[in-house]
Amino acid sequence: MSYALETQALVKKFGGFIATNQVSLQVEAGARHALIGPNGAGKTTLINLLTGFLEPTSGAVLLGGIPVTRLAQHQRVRRGLARTFQINRLFSELSVLESVLLAVNERQGLSAHFWKPLAAHSAAVDEAVELLRTLNLLDVAYEKTRSLAYGKQRLIEIALALAAKPQVLLLDEPAAGVPTAESRALFESIAALPRSVTIVLIEHDMDLVFRFADQISVLVNGALLTQGTPAQIANDRKVKEVYLGETVHG
Amino acid sequence: MTVLFDGIASGMLLFLISVGLSVTLGLMNFVNLAHGAFAMAGGYVCVVLLNTLGLPFLACLPLAALATAAMGVLLERTLYRHLYGATHLDQVLFSISLVFMAMAATHYGFGSQQQPLELPEFLRGQFHLPGLDMGVYRLFLIMVGLLIALGLHLLVSRTRFGAQLRAAVDHPRMARGMGIHVDRLFTLTFALGSALAGLGGAMGVEMLGLDPGFPVKYVVYFLIVVAVGGSGSIGGSLLASLVLGVVDVAGKYYVPQIGAFLIYAVMVVMLVLRPQGLFGRHAAR
Amino acid sequence: MLPASFDLTRLRASERWRVSERLFWMLPLLAYVVFPDSLVLLTHLFITALFCLSLDLILGYAGIVSLGHAAFFGVGAYAAGLLASHGWGEPLSGLLVAGVCAAVLGFVTSLLVLRGTDLTRLMVTLGVAMMLYEVANKMTSITGGVDGLSGMVVDPLFGRFQFDLYGNTAFWYALAVLFALFWIARKLVHSPFGLSLQGIRLNAGRMPALGAPVNARLAAIYTVGAAYAGIAGALMAQTTQFVALDALTFNRSAELLLMLVLGGSGSLYGALLGTLVFMVAHHALADVTPEYWEFWLGALLLAIVLFARGGVMGGLRYLAQCVQRLSRVGGGAP
Repeated sequence: MSYALETQALVKKFGGFIATNQVSLQVEAGARHALIGPNGAGKTTLINLLTGFLEPTSGAVLLGGIPVTRLAQHQRVRRGLARTFQINRLFSELSVLESVLLAVNERQGLSAHFWKPLAAHSAAVDEAVELLRTLNLLDVAYEKTRSLAYGKQRLIEIALALAAKPQVLLLDEPAAGVPTAESRALFESIAALPRSVTIVLIEHDMDLVFRFADQISVLVNGALLTQGTPAQIANDRKVKEVYLGETVHG
Repeated sequence: MTVLFDGIASGMLLFLISVGLSVTLGLMNFVNLAHGAFAMAGGYVCVVLLNTLGLPFLACLPLAALATAAMGVLLERTLYRHLYGATHLDQVLFSISLVFMAMAATHYGFGSQQQPLELPEFLRGQFHLPGLDMGVYRLFLIMVGLLIALGLHLLVSRTRFGAQLRAAVDHPRMARGMGIHVDRLFTLTFALGSALAGLGGAMGVEMLGLDPGFPVKYVVYFLIVVAVGGSGSIGGSLLASLVLGVVDVAGKYYVPQIGAFLIYAVMVVMLVLRPQGLFGRHAAR
Repeated sequence: MLPASFDLTRLRASERWRVSERLFWMLPLLAYVVFPDSLVLLTHLFITALFCLSLDLILGYAGIVSLGHAAFFGVGAYAAGLLASHGWGEPLSGLLVAGVCAAVLGFVTSLLVLRGTDLTRLMVTLGVAMMLYEVANKMTSITGGVDGLSGMVVDPLFGRFQFDLYGNTAFWYALAVLFALFWIARKLVHSPFGLSLQGIRLNAGRMPALGAPVNARLAAIYTVGAAYAGIAGALMAQTTQFVALDALTFNRSAELLLMLVLGGSGSLYGALLGTLVFMVAHHALADVTPEYWEFWLGALLLAIVLFARGGVMGGLRYLAQCVQRLSRVGGGAP
């Protein structure tokens, strides 16, 4: 059985600087896999390599056992790999419904259709509405995304990724910038996702990580320090050394 | 050989005018299509000083540069700085509006005819070497160009101003964080770029002519230099200007039917092969 | 199936023709009756509006900044002109050929235009247009060079309607083509493809992460924009029976950009309104010396960029919002 997502000796150098150092990561299908590490450890770089935003210096990325290292971003998305961004990348002038519909249209391959109006493609519209309903965004469906609170915008960021119906979902600090009160709701939405979706999560909030993840990989200075269950990681001496003195971010 | 010499001279002139644009684009990420208008301003100041006030030519040149620098500072402080964060489209529109106004005002003040310029005696004539006719003025142009290029290189690599400039081009946010007065740096750099444009415009009256249509006629050339040379790179601007100058002169001499087509074709090919320019860094936006 | 709780009316309504739109399209008909002696000018207006519309498609919807859009107008004009001056005078097929020629050029240059930064893109669009200008300028035997292409013989439309000096046929011909192409563009803009273009314009970086092949989409709309511009050029050639070299200049591209910004890009109607306002102003001020006109043009553009970036459409939207707010304050339903 192949892993849902795997890297083999992945390396990324920027000139003389090694951002990603021989990372071999294995993510089981259906896992809730967290990626933690101090700031600057290269977590976002790793996500960028996984999605194809960056090209690796060497090494391979495999999705469901199939190598995707040569594929462009949008091609990987079509194979079931989606991501969210640490800082929201939304369509400020579009309404929430339009934004999510845009994503659904892409997945359903409708975006080449240039004749019938949006509302006429009812399957896509239904799906978009359903997605908004699951994330409790229906009440703001017609509002422009730029007029919403940050917490809601974060949900839209996730909706956009979910619209691709991914097999593997990469979440880059989903709770970043979201007030604590709203981040619980955010995580509940993520936790409610079915096991058919494998989730890889970058987070700094250890509380949330330990509650949510079943596997944790620790990244330090671009290399994988260790990997294990939350219990194993909590007791790992090396990890404690790395985080010694760092307060837990809430 | 004469063709090569003339091409180099032409390239030097182009370099003088364009280098300011390259630096401001690289530094402030500002697409300033009005750069040619500064060159034109320098030309007209020089002509007025020479013809109306009777000042010696060699004195008019630095005065034209200073006057243009002053205009640059004024415009930068009042108008340009509002658009630093704007989209490139807005910057293009803004600079086009300035060009229109500059051209119209010049037309109103000076009329549409070519401005006459009489070079001083010692800059006229030619040196005759075997196989090479060197125009004295062209030689003068090349020497001034080389001096300026050298001066700029020293300024950028040896002085504190240059170090700050390089830092601000590479990492504007970090530069600010380190206490570099980026705003003042912008103004100074813009002034320098405008001064050089004005100097180039003044020196170019003899070779390029001077009328209100100047900015539009030559804007493409300046942009080609910057785009091909890579924004923010002085060496790149020099190389690109020289190549462009030689290709242009050689093209017009050997294959006159082709006209300026060659220049544009070369530019398009170069940009397709190297979208960031010869020496350009990361794609700015 | 959808539970009855969510209301899709607003989504459906966005595509329907509004009353204001129907009224707007009455204006050309009105103009025919009110200004019977200005048909030539009005035809010119329709053609320029179509040209501006083509720019809105690539700039207002896809976000591609082009300073060389005149290239496609010129190609279309010369294509139709050359056909008509060499024996093929049928107007509609001339339009078709012109559109195809411009589209081919658009497709080829799109491959070049999509690489690099904003500046590179700008330069490539400008460079291509200038190359074409030089070619047209030098190949005087074919294009007539600076003197322009003349000797065109355009057959009567549908075999019945002669293109005469009064401009009746030209007026209705240009208006019909403008409306037809506008109608198609409107459909396009409200379709899933149109939505994806807006996505690209608003956040190009996000689109690949949604699975969108961005370059392919941009190439497609650039080609369509080029075709529209080519057809506008062909209309110009056919209705005036002449092609001027200055159709390919940077000035034309810059003026077009100004018209679009004046009207407000990204709404299709902005292109039409901008053209209208610009040409009316130009016509009214044409008696004043040219240099004054250029100065105030520059000043107007400066004012728009600094203060009224949304152009006429932006202004109208603002007014509409004010009216809405007022009606709410006055107790009316929002």
